[in-house]
Amino acid sequence: MSVTAAAAVEKSAPPVFLPPVYHDRQSASGVQLEIKDFCLWYGQSQALHDININVQKGMVTALIGPSGCGKSTLLRSLNRMNDLIDNLRTTGQVTLEGEPLFGNKVDVIALRKRMGMVFQKPNPFPMTIAENVVYPLKVDGVTDKALLQEAVEKSLRGAALWDEVKDRLNQSALGLSGGQQQRLCIARAIAGNPDVLLMDEPCSALDPIATLKIEELIDELKGNYTIVIVTHNMQQAGRVSDNTAFMYLGHLIEYGATDVLFTTPKAAKTEEYITGRFG
Amino acid sequence: MADVAQSGSGTTDLAEAQTTFRRSHGSDLAARGEPFLWGMGGALAFGMTMIVGFVAMVLYFGLTTFWPKPIEVVTLMDGKVIAGEPLRQERYRPTADQLAAENETVRQAIAADLGFATRTLYHLGNYDFYGDDFRWVPDFQAKQTERPAGLVLVERQEWGAFIGHISAITVKGSKIEGDALTPEVLAAAHVEARARRERLHDIENGRIADVNHEMEALRLQARRAVLDYGTGTPGQIAAQAEVDRRTAELQAGYTTLAAEAQIIKAEEAANTVTFREIGGATKVYPLSAIVRYFESNDLGLGGSLAVYGARWWEYLTAEPREANTEGGVAPAIFGTVVMTLVMSLLVAPFGVITALYLREYAKQGRIVSIVRISVNNLAGVPSIVYGVFGLGFFAYILGGSIDALFFPERLPSPTFGTGGLLWSALTLALLTVPVVIVATEEALSAVPRSMREGSLACGASKWQTIRYIVLPRAAPGIMTGLILAMARGAGEVAPLMLVGVVKLAPQLPFDLNWPFAHLERSFMHLGFHIFDVGFQSRNSEAGRPMVFVTTLVLIVIVLLLNVSAIAIRNRLKRRFQGSQF
Repeated sequence: MSVTAAAAVEKSAPPVFLPPVYHDRQSASGVQLEIKDFCLWYGQSQALHDININVQKGMVTALIGPSGCGKSTLLRSLNRMNDLIDNLRTTGQVTLEGEPLFGNKVDVIALRKRMGMVFQKPNPFPMTIAENVVYPLKVDGVTDKALLQEAVEKSLRGAALWDEVKDRLNQSALGLSGGQQQRLCIARAIAGNPDVLLMDEPCSALDPIATLKIEELIDELKGNYTIVIVTHNMQQAGRVSDNTAFMYLGHLIEYGATDVLFTTPKAAKTEEYITGRFG
Repeated sequence: MADVAQSGSGTTDLAEAQTTFRRSHGSDLAARGEPFLWGMGGALAFGMTMIVGFVAMVLYFGLTTFWPKPIEVVTLMDGKVIAGEPLRQERYRPTADQLAAENETVRQAIAADLGFATRTLYHLGNYDFYGDDFRWVPDFQAKQTERPAGLVLVERQEWGAFIGHISAITVKGSKIEGDALTPEVLAAAHVEARARRERLHDIENGRIADVNHEMEALRLQARRAVLDYGTGTPGQIAAQAEVDRRTAELQAGYTTLAAEAQIIKAEEAANTVTFREIGGATKVYPLSAIVRYFESNDLGLGGSLAVYGARWWEYLTAEPREANTEGGVAPAIFGTVVMTLVMSLLVAPFGVITALYLREYAKQGRIVSIVRISVNNLAGVPSIVYGVFGLGFFAYILGGSIDALFFPERLPSPTFGTGGLLWSALTLALLTVPVVIVATEEALSAVPRSMREGSLACGASKWQTIRYIVLPRAAPGIMTGLILAMARGAGEVAPLMLVGVVKLAPQLPFDLNWPFAHLERSFMHLGFHIFDVGFQSRNSEAGRPMVFVTTLVLIVIVLLLNVSAIAIRNRLKRRFQGSQF
């Protein structure tokens, strides 16, 4: 039976989802983000079904899955970026070190300050490189020149960009290459000194060399930051992450230590996906 | 196609089916798009021709008006002699009465020309001599035409131009004429007379006007005291005493100034000039009534250029005279520019804030759609309706309330309760605000979502995102809207006639008397000036060239305003729009 025929069969009869399989690698410093029974609707259609994931502190957690599986939606829920969308509804809860993210009393702005985010396409602001980096401090009302300068250098060094741009900090950030722009965005995200870094396919718009640099950077950043990364690229997930969550059609299928999940997946769906049979 | 192939019973069917579905390999004319290309090119060419033709016409008439023209002396068949500047020629059909008055040869010549004859329009000037300053001269009536040297064209403070001779002048009561009246003597006497006139003008319009201004302020102060304390109370009596004391001082100052002016006027009377027109009639005027004079037929290129430059200079820097058909338009230029700038200052924040709310904060739905449609429809309301609204709401209701609250002592004469610069600017701001709102909304929605998300993800609030990211990024688009609004506002006339523009404003909206900016004053405007000179003056022939000159000046001003706004926009663009992400 061909692949398309199989898809047609699946469409006609909704698939039965088994409870997810867990064998995650525990971090010594505990759980940073606890996603509990999290469901999400866009209007009438449900995009996420009962997601339960414990994101380990100081580790890299990758979200993988075929297009439309809800991995970006889940990631963008973690810093409430989905609030911008009308008709959005959630149930369940996510807690950041015990504090809830959803609810009327949650200060979304304070929450986002604890969650740095890097987007799919580099989105530097139309300002100078230095102004870009200190933007999170600017919105906090920091005006101390010395403090800002220190933050610029620290963040750019942290994003492995300092040596390339230290002589042109006052030039427009739009003059940088794509890979540099993305690292600038990472520098901007860590300038606010967040607890968690959310990365939404950070390398999908970059060439292989730039991708490699970002991956090395992720390796350096982990430990200091808890990183959640969405990626389309399974090799990348294998290279950079400690834990991997495989999602399919809005369901969590399997969540576990990356090396185990990629070598001996427990769920049949996971195996089909990572061996390239669909997706 | 697969179905056709399966259900087909033989190869013939298959072949037929394939020919049915084969695409044609040639492409027809409509598909290639050439007819549309021609259509588009034609539309562009048509539009360009209209615009270029219009601009060329305005440029030609506007730039040539001030060039000095030669003076022709025409000896008519009946022996009369006239002198004037030939303006233009045309072919016309003489009436039966006119033909009857001519001799047989003329009649035959006209009949041979199918009843047409040629005539020339002469600008004779000398309104005070003839009662008319333009005359059509049919060619058949002109016996001889020549351009003799020595004829003088004089531009005067009053009565328009004089064409003829300066036969004599008196300096300090002694008459100079004939050979003694050399060009040097005339020029020296003229310069002196003009300087004297300037001094007189200074005293009457400067210092005496200041005294009057202060006296008016004192009168208002006394009136205010009556309103505040009531008549006969100690406060009012004390204020009245103070006002009386100051008024007496001012009165003394005024008497001194008036005496000074009287002396100068006596000197004026002792310096006169005698004009003799070509027919020999003479009239005597004060020497200082001559603005400039020159011998048109002996100017040469340098002299012509000097006259041309002097006329432009006067036009751009002086006040109008002769019911606006002569002199300058400086107050109108000033009024136009100030009104447009004040309008921009009002419309920019108003439009931008409205658009920000509509686009960023309001919940998108039926009500916002209705608001948006209404805003767009506002752009189609006839501008005179805005004028009526401005007069009724701004001037009468708003201005009337301001007067009642803050300027009760000036009533019943209105301060803000009548047309003025502020109300004009507000009315035009209302007229142009749809343009700014629409452009700003477009610019805001063109700011990429990734920019907003990037900012929000950094922990910025919505307002901080708008303030630091969205507005700077949208600034060039907003400027475009403002440029369109400015161009529209600067060229608008109809509503202004109701809310503050006048034919001749006694004072500029800015002067050295506190509070310096008097936005309640009525003002002059180039657009209205065009209408007034072209269609409302006694002498449309004299006004016509000025219409073109004023149009040219107005276009240049709008161009300058736009160019500076575009320069600002491009600077913003370079700064904020390098990236396509």
